[in-house]
Amino acid sequence: MDTTVATTGTEGQKWGGASKPLNVSYGKMMMWFFILSDALTFTGFLAAYGFSRFKFIEEWPIADEVFNHFPFLHGTDAPMFYVALMTFILIGSSVTMVLAVDAGHHMNKKKVSLYMLLTIIGGLIFVGSQAWEWKNFIAGEYGAVKTKGGKILQFLDVKTGERVALNEFVEVGPRDVDTYGNSEGIWYTTSGEYNATYTIEEVKKGFVDNPNVTIRTQQLVVNEETGASEKLVLSREDALVKLNKDAVGVVEGANLTENEYGAPLFADFFFFITGFHGFHVFSGVIFNLIIFFNVLLGTYEKRRSYEMVEKVGLYWHFVDLVWVFVFTFFYLV
Amino acid sequence: MAQSIAVTADQGHDEEHHHHKQTFVTKYIFSTDHKMIAKQYLITGLIMGAIGIAMSVLMRLQLANPGEPNMVFEALLGKWAPDGVMDPNMYLALVTIHGTIMVFFVLTAGLSGTFSNFLIPLQIGARDMASGFMNMVSYWLFFLSAAIMIGSLFVELGPAAAGWTIYPPLSALPEAMGGSGLGMTLWLVSMAIFIASSLLGSLNYIVTVINLRTKGMSMTRLPLTIWAFFVTAIIGVVSFPVLFAAALLLIMDRSFGTSFFLSDIYIKGEVLAHQGGSPVLFEHLFWFLGHPEVYIVLLPALGITSEIIATNSRKPIFGYRAMIASILAIAFLSTIVWGHHMFVSGMNPFLGSVFTFTTLLIAIPSAVKSFNYITTLWKGNLQMNPGMLFSIGLVSTFITGGLTGIILGDSTLDINVHDTYFVVAHFHLVMGISALYGLFAGVYHWFPKMFNRMMNKNLGYVHFWLTAIGAYGVFFPMHFVGMAGLPRRYYTNTNFPYFDDLADTNKLITYFAVATAFAQLFFVYNFVKSIFFGKKAPANPWKSNTLEWTTGDTHIHGNWAGPIPTVYRWPYDYSKVNEEGEYVIAGQDYAPQHIPMQDGEEEMNH
Repeated sequence: MDTTVATTGTEGQKWGGASKPLNVSYGKMMMWFFILSDALTFTGFLAAYGFSRFKFIEEWPIADEVFNHFPFLHGTDAPMFYVALMTFILIGSSVTMVLAVDAGHHMNKKKVSLYMLLTIIGGLIFVGSQAWEWKNFIAGEYGAVKTKGGKILQFLDVKTGERVALNEFVEVGPRDVDTYGNSEGIWYTTSGEYNATYTIEEVKKGFVDNPNVTIRTQQLVVNEETGASEKLVLSREDALVKLNKDAVGVVEGANLTENEYGAPLFADFFFFITGFHGFHVFSGVIFNLIIFFNVLLGTYEKRRSYEMVEKVGLYWHFVDLVWVFVFTFFYLV
Repeated sequence: MAQSIAVTADQGHDEEHHHHKQTFVTKYIFSTDHKMIAKQYLITGLIMGAIGIAMSVLMRLQLANPGEPNMVFEALLGKWAPDGVMDPNMYLALVTIHGTIMVFFVLTAGLSGTFSNFLIPLQIGARDMASGFMNMVSYWLFFLSAAIMIGSLFVELGPAAAGWTIYPPLSALPEAMGGSGLGMTLWLVSMAIFIASSLLGSLNYIVTVINLRTKGMSMTRLPLTIWAFFVTAIIGVVSFPVLFAAALLLIMDRSFGTSFFLSDIYIKGEVLAHQGGSPVLFEHLFWFLGHPEVYIVLLPALGITSEIIATNSRKPIFGYRAMIASILAIAFLSTIVWGHHMFVSGMNPFLGSVFTFTTLLIAIPSAVKSFNYITTLWKGNLQMNPGMLFSIGLVSTFITGGLTGIILGDSTLDINVHDTYFVVAHFHLVMGISALYGLFAGVYHWFPKMFNRMMNKNLGYVHFWLTAIGAYGVFFPMHFVGMAGLPRRYYTNTNFPYFDDLADTNKLITYFAVATAFAQLFFVYNFVKSIFFGKKAPANPWKSNTLEWTTGDTHIHGNWAGPIPTVYRWPYDYSKVNEEGEYVIAGQDYAPQHIPMQDGEEEMNH
């Protein structure tokens, strides 16, 4: 080569080559781009959710009525309390993750492992809470009736306007299943009626017998006084006509095809998106566990770098951030 | 001043001794060397391409003589061709798997996977990809997905037959038709694995280009190939996950009883429990991937031709920065035009006009690229190597196919030719044939680098001219057939007397298709024979400027035996003259990137 030192003409330029223009290692950058990719998967889901919700804007359940359970407070209306708690715990686990990364920068093995452990515990509590939310949603609370057109009719107290559960006014009559007896075991092959606690005829009868119960439909009407949109409550007479004419089945709780709170698609999306997110949290917990044990084994101490903690930290923060969006679209708006 | 190309080849021989002894398995199968992975991608892609093209021949044979027995069908399709007559279900399956294989396995993985892997480290001056291990995993996931896709051809009720776009409800209800059962499940599994493979590959390409460029290799000194691969990888990372979302929702609908895409469906008189879903939602999610996918297919081909046309015109590429800007513009626009695939889906017509607007905007960067190619060729010292011929062929098909895109992109015009052979002609020319030409151009151009041997030029010429004439022979008449109203995807058109006039044209198209398919055998022969018996390749056969030609002819993991070369100039200093009107390097009309600026030489203000 030449004796004089040739210059490339890009000396000192950030993007001039032989440098890390974004000041990050390739591994961390891969995590960032993976997050971008995964974010778009969730965007796809949430966009699909929005598309479907817009289509069923009337039938969409009122979140405050769906998610109002709190452990040990049976029957107390506690809308959003529990989800607020679990969200708080998840965000708290993000905070401990930040502390773990920070401790990693200071090469403090003890603190890294402590905060990683706290993060893992927070993640596990969140996943468990998720399961509890599912359980409540699946079990349902009041029960409802479904119409020929697939709509849901819910029951209210005429005076107080509060929801009335089916078990408060419907009496369970005799069941064919009893005449078969358990040993014959063919009852479950016949569909529908036998799985439900109540038959539609029993609900109709109970409704006639209880003059203080009426029906709330899914139709949205504007309240003249407050200007707010509310679901239409039928008068007792209209309710009787509606029930006898349209009601075809009893719905208790929610599954993939029925939902006592409103549109079945809500249940589909709820199970799928929170499930997919829960799967992310669960895999995050697994990653965190692996890294946690590596921390304990001193792998990163030997490597003189806790960057792996940062990488799983990025993933963990991302999963938390996704929850903020899921939470917003399912619970808040 | 050293002017030898392999400037670093004779340095650091002692370094070679440090290389680990490689076994057959680590060298040829589970290799982490990007060059070997690129060859694995290429060969897998070419095999998939052979299968995909063979399927198109079967479809053309059926269309030329609809419903008539054919010994080819009998030999290849077995029970799907009773007495040699193709089963209509098999025709739909062929349409589906041909599309899937060509779009994903040949033109995404085979093209971008091959050349991104091969060229990114070599052209930016890196020893390997950022993560060789992930690169290897990416290839083997691709291989697995290809194996599953091929395996799905042999399931009892037939492979997926809902079109490569797998619209529900046909794809969502296993009882809808034979191919909607296990075949569709395998299709979805295969694609999910493919997406994971593509994601791993793309992450590698992106971070390698950002972090591992050699000294002096600024972003505006990158060859346009690298720009194209880089941006392609980004669109892949952005759009494939949305297909993944759609595929997951579809799997839920198929196997777990949700109703995201299904509503109000009767099968055999019984109403299904599905309620409330929307197939249009699937279309939105699918085409949010589907349209960028077109550019994932095409951009690498455009990058490859930029490089080849400049080299073989012995001229700098015209409008280097405009080329980069149009790649970026195409990439951005590709994500906001998906609705033009859905004009007649029942979408809001106003929304259709918005998508028309964004779609027609793509004509601008596309035209910039076309004109830049033509201007680069203009008055160039053209070297008509096979790679160059295919590159020029790409410019030709990109323009002819692109012009019909203007018609299809306009919602009012599209309605008239929607779902006809006009559409088939359009996308086959603009993305199918163009991208295939890019693939061939790349193979002819970089074959010496891959295998240290030259391909036979004369066979290359025969291959090009037969392919060029044949491809236009197939797709040019299709425009007219399409404008006459012939619908695509139909097994036969004999039931419509209205189309009887077109039967002869269909025959003609089939003759061309069969001939073109056979012309590819020249390539196969040339490719395989040259790997073993080709003429030994010189270090820089095309007198090219980019760094891959500086490695010397020994293939080592790490690319350069000595230190990595430093870059002093952009890659397009062809026929550059100094103030005296002499070439800046006496006696050669090119100045490779690793050669420092000569005395009194000005850096091109590109």
